[in-house]
Amino acid sequence: METENRTGVTEDIQRKEIVLSNLRQAVLQNLDSSIQTDQFLLNMGPQHPSTHGVLRVLLDLDGERIKRSVPDLGYLHRGTEKIAEYRTYNQIIPLTDRLDYVSAMANNYAFVRTVEKLLQLKVPERAEFIRTIVAEMQRIVNHLFWLGTQALDIGAMSVFFYTFREREVLLDLFEVLCGARLTTNYYRVGGVDSDMPQSVVDTLYRFVDAFDGNIKEYNTLLEHNRIWLARTKNIAVVTAEDAVNFGLSGPTLRGSGIPYDLRKIEPYAVYDQVDFDVPVGQNGDIYDRYWIRIEELRQSASIIRQCLDKLPKGRFLTDDHKVSFPEKGTVMHNMEALIHHFLLVVQGFKVPPGDTYCGTETPKGELGFYIVSDGSGKPYRMKIRAPSFVHMGAFDHMAKGYMIADIITIFGTYDIVMGECDR
Amino acid sequence: MLNDLIGVLIVIAGLLFVVLTTVAYLTYLERKVLGFMQDRLGPMEVGPWGLLQPLADGIKLISKEDIIPSEANKAIFRIAPVISLVPALISFAVIPFGKNSFHFMGITTHPYITDINIGILYVLALSSVGAYGILLGGWASNSKYSLLGALRSAAQVISYELNAGMAIIGVLLLAGSLSLVKIEAAQSGGFWHWYIFPQIVAFVLYLISGIAETNRTPFDLPEAESELVAGFFTEYSGMRFSLYYLAEYMNMIIVSSIATILFLGGWNPPLPSLGFVPPFIWFMLKVYFFLFFFFWIRATLPRLRYDQLMKFGWKVMLPLSFANVIVTALVIYMVRR
Repeated sequence: METENRTGVTEDIQRKEIVLSNLRQAVLQNLDSSIQTDQFLLNMGPQHPSTHGVLRVLLDLDGERIKRSVPDLGYLHRGTEKIAEYRTYNQIIPLTDRLDYVSAMANNYAFVRTVEKLLQLKVPERAEFIRTIVAEMQRIVNHLFWLGTQALDIGAMSVFFYTFREREVLLDLFEVLCGARLTTNYYRVGGVDSDMPQSVVDTLYRFVDAFDGNIKEYNTLLEHNRIWLARTKNIAVVTAEDAVNFGLSGPTLRGSGIPYDLRKIEPYAVYDQVDFDVPVGQNGDIYDRYWIRIEELRQSASIIRQCLDKLPKGRFLTDDHKVSFPEKGTVMHNMEALIHHFLLVVQGFKVPPGDTYCGTETPKGELGFYIVSDGSGKPYRMKIRAPSFVHMGAFDHMAKGYMIADIITIFGTYDIVMGECDR
Repeated sequence: MLNDLIGVLIVIAGLLFVVLTTVAYLTYLERKVLGFMQDRLGPMEVGPWGLLQPLADGIKLISKEDIIPSEANKAIFRIAPVISLVPALISFAVIPFGKNSFHFMGITTHPYITDINIGILYVLALSSVGAYGILLGGWASNSKYSLLGALRSAAQVISYELNAGMAIIGVLLLAGSLSLVKIEAAQSGGFWHWYIFPQIVAFVLYLISGIAETNRTPFDLPEAESELVAGFFTEYSGMRFSLYYLAEYMNMIIVSSIATILFLGGWNPPLPSLGFVPPFIWFMLKVYFFLFFFFWIRATLPRLRYDQLMKFGWKVMLPLSFANVIVTALVIYMVRR
């Protein structure tokens, strides 16, 4: 048995080698035969300081200019989709934390929403508000992280420290909410894990009030900086048509001028009760996508403020104890609560047979879960539509004709996270 | 004769001490300055306020294994960092740090090792030789990242040295000498005699070229860490790696010194009445001002792209420096007639 396994692994490696050598052949054959002397094949990654994790790209260069680029994914593959088939629905929530580890809350939300859609479950109003607030906090955290790393990749190192200062405030709030900063595991099917205390509300008000000034501070270093403009304007241009055809989503799509935002198009949570704009670019270049994310920071802050103003009293988790755990106190005294608790722990809640797809507007784009249920407590199949993965399909198209230095900016402009891309 | 020799040896020892401690503490200073600009503390662990950090770094780098890639051209790989360092070190020979000579027991020491009449040409020539170290090191590593870094560096140094040379010509026309000591002496008697005012264009051009020549942000393309890992010294480790770093920081000091001498009057005090402060202090103050400026730029600006760098050098800087030379020459011709 063991030897069989081992040969399986070697075969896998050999197969991968063959695929790669074929890639190499394809890249080389594609070269213009009249300038054979200029072949320069550069292997970038998986160990490289700015490939945002373990992305590998084969670059076919003409001097410093990119003729062709072939992304090679899978170095962070952990088989999330397969593992999910052996977990109850509540046990899958922490798995989703590890997809896009920069914005775990958004992943939790996308998954939980899909399960609720299958269950056709109604979520209490306060829970919906808390979810919206936390989702927008996560969007700010993610965009701050993105802004810092994008600027760092281009060489402006100070912005990174300024954005991380504000990010820290929000992460501390996450810690108050759920005890964790990155892998939060906060959303539950039917609500959230714990209530939002008044202290968080107060801190959030203060944060939102000061945030506009903070955005100005980051922008003074970038907005009118000639070098920044030269590095981002007219780089990695995608037309609106191409962007749709490649299946781009999120700020990467909106940069090309298409106002596609699931929060507006299929409003979920309380997005239909708040007033916000969807910023849209014109040229589809890196600068436009930068501008959109900055504008989204402002919009998110405004959404948080509106939600805080309207935050109602009530339950933060559904009282349908078929799906949500009953209070620990009642479990000790109440027979029915004890049975619910036991069943939820032992087999999880049952989801009616059927399948559904549900897309959620996460900071990186449309994160969708497709879940097939066979009526048991575990999904029969779970497919994740990860925006980073779909965006990688457009990589060659966007990188062709630009320079090596632009590769880094293009990674940055997707806001790519390999945990989500390889799953 | 013997006394002269002893005098020179004393100056060399003193200079080496000053330069090497400055370089060591420049790394500390850079991290501190960047830290304060970025809302953090910088090194704090080794010694009080992290003051012993350069020492710890030095010990670490010396004790590290010196790895030579198996496919590398070993001889050139070994010698390349030295080629980079030595010119930087011997450039200091002509830099006058102060004004007064000291006489002690019949031994005369000058605040410079030698005053050759083509001092500025000597510095320019040596900084070109330093580029060979980068180029050879990148080529001998037999790594694609190193090669790209070396190619970028070669192109960059050639383009920007031209600009630096052209920018300097204006000052040379005004001073009428290539000797650094004479150029300094020509600017004595108050800050209004400094060449920064008549040669403000040349000053800006020289400063930009200087940053580019020393491979500092925003022109740090040869070692752009986000693109080329570490550029031309990707494959280097241990002491050889630190030799490149030493060379870079020494070049920074040289560029700052030259800028001080050519444009800010060297060791001359800004007002004649401030003459009680030793010239050496004035000189170092001005040099540190430029070094601080280097750090400041690093904390502020993003990095240019390779083609943008070339375009900027050849299409913007070079015409400007030519125009500056021609205008300066015409004005001097008319005034002197």
